[in-house]
Amino acid sequence: MRYLPLTDAEREEMRKVIGVSDVRELFSCMPSAQCRPPLDTLPRALSEPELAAAFKEFGRRNSFSGFLSFLGAGAYSHFIPEVVSYLSAKGEFLTPYTPYQPEVSQGSLQAIFEYQTMMAMLTGLDVANASLYDGATAAAEAVLLAVRRSGRKRVLLAGSLHPEYAAVIRTYAQNLPIELATVAVDEKSGRVDAVDLRAKLNDSIAAVLFQSPNFLGVVEDGGGIAAAAHECKAICVQVVAEAMSLAYLVPPGEAGVDMAVGEAQSFGLPLGFGGPYLGFMTVREEFMRQMPGRLVGQTRDLDGKRGYVLTLSTREQHIKREKATSNICSNEAWCAMRAGMYLAVMGKAGLARAARTCHLNAAYFARMAARMKTIRVVYPGNFYNEVLIEVKTGSAAQRAAALKKKGILAGVPLSWFADSQKERLLLAFSEMHDRAAIDRLLSALGEAS
Amino acid sequence: MNTLPKLIFELSREGKIGCGLNEADVPGEPVIDAALLRRDPADLPQVSEVEVVRHYMALAALNYSVDAGFYPLGSCTMKYNPKINEKLAAAEELQAHPYAPHDLVQGNLEIMARLEEWLVELTGLAGFTLAPAAGAHGEFTGMLIVRKYLKEMGDARKVVLIPDSAHGTNPASAHFAGYDVKEIASSASGTIGLAELRPHLTPDVAALMMTNPNTLGIFESDIVAIAEALHANGSLLYMDGANFNALLGSVRPGDLGVDVMHLNLHKTFATPHGGGGPGSGPVGVAARLLPFLPVPRVRKSGEGYEVVYDDPHSIGRVKNFYGQFLVIVRALAYLMALGRENVGRVAEDAVLNANYVRKRLEGLLDLPYKAPSLHEVVFSDSGLPVKTLDIAKRLLDYGFHPFTIYFPLIVHGAMMIEPTESESKETLDEFIAVMETIVREARENPELLRQAPTRTPVRRLDETLAARKPVLRWRKGQGA
Repeated sequence: MRYLPLTDAEREEMRKVIGVSDVRELFSCMPSAQCRPPLDTLPRALSEPELAAAFKEFGRRNSFSGFLSFLGAGAYSHFIPEVVSYLSAKGEFLTPYTPYQPEVSQGSLQAIFEYQTMMAMLTGLDVANASLYDGATAAAEAVLLAVRRSGRKRVLLAGSLHPEYAAVIRTYAQNLPIELATVAVDEKSGRVDAVDLRAKLNDSIAAVLFQSPNFLGVVEDGGGIAAAAHECKAICVQVVAEAMSLAYLVPPGEAGVDMAVGEAQSFGLPLGFGGPYLGFMTVREEFMRQMPGRLVGQTRDLDGKRGYVLTLSTREQHIKREKATSNICSNEAWCAMRAGMYLAVMGKAGLARAARTCHLNAAYFARMAARMKTIRVVYPGNFYNEVLIEVKTGSAAQRAAALKKKGILAGVPLSWFADSQKERLLLAFSEMHDRAAIDRLLSALGEAS
Repeated sequence: MNTLPKLIFELSREGKIGCGLNEADVPGEPVIDAALLRRDPADLPQVSEVEVVRHYMALAALNYSVDAGFYPLGSCTMKYNPKINEKLAAAEELQAHPYAPHDLVQGNLEIMARLEEWLVELTGLAGFTLAPAAGAHGEFTGMLIVRKYLKEMGDARKVVLIPDSAHGTNPASAHFAGYDVKEIASSASGTIGLAELRPHLTPDVAALMMTNPNTLGIFESDIVAIAEALHANGSLLYMDGANFNALLGSVRPGDLGVDVMHLNLHKTFATPHGGGGPGSGPVGVAARLLPFLPVPRVRKSGEGYEVVYDDPHSIGRVKNFYGQFLVIVRALAYLMALGRENVGRVAEDAVLNANYVRKRLEGLLDLPYKAPSLHEVVFSDSGLPVKTLDIAKRLLDYGFHPFTIYFPLIVHGAMMIEPTESESKETLDEFIAVMETIVREARENPELLRQAPTRTPVRRLDETLAARKPVLRWRKGQGA
């Protein structure tokens, strides 16, 4: 077998050194009744060409490739410079372990330190951790942090939070002394209902969690929400499911938000059918020691040379066990390094350009779509890259199915998440689209009515 | 003085560009309240494409990796990551949007279903979720399943028992699932037998979390009796599958009475560790726990596959979308390459390699637990004039990555060595020879070890300074 380097002669030599005549003797600690189960139902070994062919066949059974896609809702198609794929695929980044031995891991450590810096810059907050699993678990960790830090139990979740994020938060909280409540969405603006927020805020609230741009595509008034939260000394958490928006919109930290968490898949990670992605967490310095996950810090070596190490590890499970800030161990380090590479090559001007193009494409669509009689653009202002439309006849799922027949994946029907939303379709735009693509969508939308 | 690469921010020069994107071609202006817009672009670096490549190539040169050499980290299973799997996972035809209609992604759903079938066969459990993102996430998921099941049986109970040799994620995961953790002391032989379990087996025990083989590399041979005792008490047996590499094809946890377990695809199933992730931590369960698995679930339906989102008993969703799909792709490719002929050989070679290293080093280093071990072996620094850390750092000078140090916690100055099946006899012999040299150096010139490493890009780093005055980001104007 090509992955096993020992020869039979070597195996025999090694057995002799150990003092066994059969390797199975080394397994005699196992109960004999259950030992060596039959494996004959498993498939036979494949050669390398056979393996490649088998996966080609899986690929052939996927048929999404030819479609023009406007799917978003938490996973976004963006341009990935070739440099990012080239560099991140290097074995030096892909095949090391967690950098516990910093003397031979400065490459990973510095790359993650740079990533942490970039995320802090983008969010306008002080420090970022080295990654969490994804946007949804990052939001759940933010809830745990807020409850731990404040000593309060109740957390308010905006009704416009991604439904899968809300579901994961509920899963995480189900056995803990945490009470979750939902703040209504103002139907007219698509934003958090300020009256309901104020009504629900009091001294027992640990945190207010809102998403911006929210699940309806609308950019929230982060400053207003933060101000309201702070009046009750609640922690204000902004969830960002589309990290690209950080390059275009007022950074959470500048708006007055205390923590920003979310999904940074947009920074150089392929859609990959949903993973692996990149959960991020950035906070004001006062929350630093309560953060979950790895942190890379700068220090000096014995000769005074600048270097990097994993730090503040007394927060973590391998030291604190059940008293740790989180159980997280393996995280998304490679995805974070890859995001760093992406942000480095996109750079200050490139990322700003890409982020602006996403919005301009969405804006072009919204303006043109507003002229159509068969649909309504639900929130024609204050969106970023996602536009919510409502079909005036039939359901959004039917409309999406009709567009699919024309080779277009027009968006995510919100009926998947809530029965009451059956006329609504969420469309995402990015720098991967151009005017021709959007025009094709528009004309197909018109015909499909 | 500073020979390490500059930070990417220090290379930045106003006006340089590395990005090759066009401007938008649509007409019109932004449709957004100007007050919501960022005033200044984020101060990301301004560097050309070639400088980005050189920067990361310089960083790459500072990293040790499995591709570069032996990585005997105990309990981490740093096996070779097959290159074909990278190509397969990068294939354009797999990069679907997670909300693409199911009829357009039948190939991807089949990949998930196939891996689940493999894992079911290899573990003897009834079904798996592939949703958890890593081992610890799997533990948490598993403990939520335990709790939900017991709750529906009428009593969620309060306590989870965990051996003192366990990985720190076990107690942390149990805690976040709402349980109190009670630690069980290992026996003198390093294991948990019925005798160790019995005094703790009270009616409020929800489960025992047991790593098998345990972190000493020793098989928990009382496991069948332990499972029976737990079940008689109405408790469940959770098995941490971090060390499943030792059992592949030899024994199936489901046959031993295990109720819930997680696997680490980035350990046993050869997916790259990526400097600390992404991992993937599928969780398998016995038949009576199937209804409690997280959603979504991929299910065979006629000729194809469908996805189930609602399940009345499910613990809910633990992650967005489906899981670490591209890690799942690599793990399936690894298993398909091995086939039924080779899965068992993987464990046999891994155990052979570990026992060879054990035998060759056993006269040289203190072996605190003498029971037969499987895929890894734990020595201690007892009797040496230097500490485990010094030996580890000296190994770096000789071009080897050190073993896991100071874990498990029950061994003072632990050196935990897991060679995996990926290593040739030549590599093991070289490593053994280096260990002999280092131990000789320790006796003749211990200071040499305390100063080690001297041949690495940096010397020992001041971790106290890093923690006392945390610098977790670069800021403009901050000197080198």
